[in-house]
Amino acid sequence: MNNIFVYCELTEEKLIADVSLELLSKGRKLANELKVKLEAIVIGSDLKGIETQVFPYGVDKIHVADNERLFPYTTLPHAALILELFKNENPEIALFGATSIGRDLAPRIASAMRCGLTADCTSLEIGDHYENKTQTEYKNLLYQIRPAFGGNIIATIINPDTRPQMATVREGVMKKEVYDPGYVGIIQDIDLNVLTNADFAVEIIERHMEASKINIKNSQVIVAGGYGVGSKENFKLLYDLAEVLGAQVGASRAAVDAGYVEHERQIGQTGVTVRPKLYIACGISGAVQHRAGMDQSAQIISINTDINAPINNIADYTIIGNITDVIPKMIKYYKANSK
Amino acid sequence: MSFRIIVLAKQVPDTRNVGKDAMKADGTVNRAALPAIFNPEDLNALELALRIKDQMEDCEVIVLTMGPFRAAEIIRESLYRGADKGYLITDRKFAGSDTLATSYALSLAVKKLQPFNLLISGRQAIDGDTAQVGPQAAEKLHIPQITYAEEVLAVTNDSITVKRRLERGVEVVKSSLPCAITAHSSAPACRYRLAKNIMKYKHARTVTELQNETKDYTELYNLRPYLQLDEWTADDLLADVSWLGLSGSPTKVKKIENVVFQAKDSKVLSSSDEDIDNLMKELLNSHVIG
Ligand SMILES: Cc1cc2nc3c(=O)[nH]c(=O)nc-3n(C[C@H](O)[C@H](O)[C@H](O)COP(=O)(O)OP(=O)(O)OC[C@H]3O[C@@H](n4cnc5c(N)ncnc54)[C@H](O)[C@@H]3O)c2cc1C
Ligand SMILES: Nc1ncnc2c1ncn2[C@@H]1O[C@H](COP(=O)(O)O)[C@@H](O)[C@H]1O
Repeated sequence: MNNIFVYCELTEEKLIADVSLELLSKGRKLANELKVKLEAIVIGSDLKGIETQVFPYGVDKIHVADNERLFPYTTLPHAALILELFKNENPEIALFGATSIGRDLAPRIASAMRCGLTADCTSLEIGDHYENKTQTEYKNLLYQIRPAFGGNIIATIINPDTRPQMATVREGVMKKEVYDPGYVGIIQDIDLNVLTNADFAVEIIERHMEASKINIKNSQVIVAGGYGVGSKENFKLLYDLAEVLGAQVGASRAAVDAGYVEHERQIGQTGVTVRPKLYIACGISGAVQHRAGMDQSAQIISINTDINAPINNIADYTIIGNITDVIPKMIKYYKANSK
Repeated sequence: MSFRIIVLAKQVPDTRNVGKDAMKADGTVNRAALPAIFNPEDLNALELALRIKDQMEDCEVIVLTMGPFRAAEIIRESLYRGADKGYLITDRKFAGSDTLATSYALSLAVKKLQPFNLLISGRQAIDGDTAQVGPQAAEKLHIPQITYAEEVLAVTNDSITVKRRLERGVEVVKSSLPCAITAHSSAPACRYRLAKNIMKYKHARTVTELQNETKDYTELYNLRPYLQLDEWTADDLLADVSWLGLSGSPTKVKKIENVVFQAKDSKVLSSSDEDIDNLMKELLNSHVIG
């Protein structure tokens, strides 16, 4: 069986992005299970020494393309280099971050290779498949698992016949774990001769990147609001509670779509994944796409007018009540009783 | 020769309004109870196209939509808002298409409309949020792509300059034409329907829709041939059927599971002062907060 490849993104500071390190960690585990090697791809400029950032994650080989025209990222040259590499190496599995770069690049590759691609996976596993129609047994496929449109449904997607099996995963979904600080792999230069002038048809004229201001991923306590919060004004209550608790405010997609809060606060399959000590879900029903981003919270409190809301099933405490009534009481008690 | 912009627009179930009545007893969504809408970012795509048309001497905007017969509504809606023409791509053979098979069919339709200058799609469709069809169609047409477009800053007969909205900022890029663009939700909202366009196109129908009409439109259509909306089948596109539908889709759904809750033994509290105070006290004592 062939190897697993992870496309590694670079940050503005020329560091390997967290999402890529998380994917390498997952890739290493899958590689162990399949008894194959893990390979990383890094394309950019000024990459001397970049391998030291990835080897500890258990990378057996790093493919590097280092040229000033390759940073910042543009689609065509990165796609051309990866395609050439994939044609030669025929990867079993290829993983990309579900970021603005990964979601721009991965579909282009999948289309050119005529292979399957699953977006926003929340879990990746190895498993077998028996195809009844053709009576064929497939061993060790990549199960690409993600919530599916349709209420509380989780779908397992497979690509039995095409390679590589491709998936994108959001930041925070997989855990970043150093495999072995002393691990060393091989460095291989990617041949740049495949690039043509046509690959530089899109030219970057200006860029303004800023560090993101909102960082809910690392917060120990999260106060999250859903459509049930009712209005932008009511969301102020959540900010008040977050402020006294030293928490961050998160949201469901319905709350974001309704314009109550910024998109950066969305938690779930297509938002951020969080694992706080305490998650307070205010007026959130608990659709599977939302739970995918928060069900690993250590403790969950649900405040909901509906005792049958699905979120209550995973909550440690369910407060049956209206958020406009409950939250002020929580703030009041906390102010009076904390030191 | 006029500047031709092709817009890809999809009809989607309104996942943003999955109300309680839209859920079936087994916890799955009752699709039939969901309203079918114009995919939100495809409206942004249409607006980007219409703004270019506004400022160009000779420009036409053509909308392509692939879906069941009722997706013809997308074409009428686009005509009401200022598009010049639309095609419905519809065939049983397309059923079960994943993004690869969909982008293949759409790219064949685009090829039929060659030469074109711009292909504009939405960033993603809200039913799957995959954001794959735009880039995949661009690849099949061998043209460059500019994803997450927020604003078109300049356009000439052979180049376009676009502002892109990324996770951590903005980027201005310039591309040669033809090229593909995907529209981000931060692009301008689509203009409203124009009364004069509604008057002009309200009787526009596809052949299939006409068969289900009780009224006879023959005379009207002889007078105004533009009311006849075109349907393209797999044969019209000269498609290789092995690239379509389920057989042309490398991704297969192995399994669909209803999530079984690992129901924790949740403590149910009321919103009384006493219950809230006790909870807060417990959280403070166990140092979860404070
Ligand atoms: C492809 C795709 C991706 C998605 N990705 C995500 C994602 O990343 N994150 C996400 O969150 N969703 C996502 N969704 C949407 C998801 O399916 C749900 O629609 C969404 O999570 C529902 O949000 P909600 O719980 O806030 O709203 P609702 O389901 O409308 O629930 C509102 C809740 O508030 C309660 N309530 C009402 N009034 C009050 C009150 N005054 N006080 C207290 N409680 C009250 C109600 O009882 C109800 O339980 C995605 C959907 C799709 C199709
Ligand atoms: N069936 C379709 N008909 C027309 N356009 C489509 C179709 N499916 C996807 N698209 C276009 O591709 C974009 C991305 O779709 P998706 O990859 O499904 O998220 C959409 O916003 C549409 O512009």
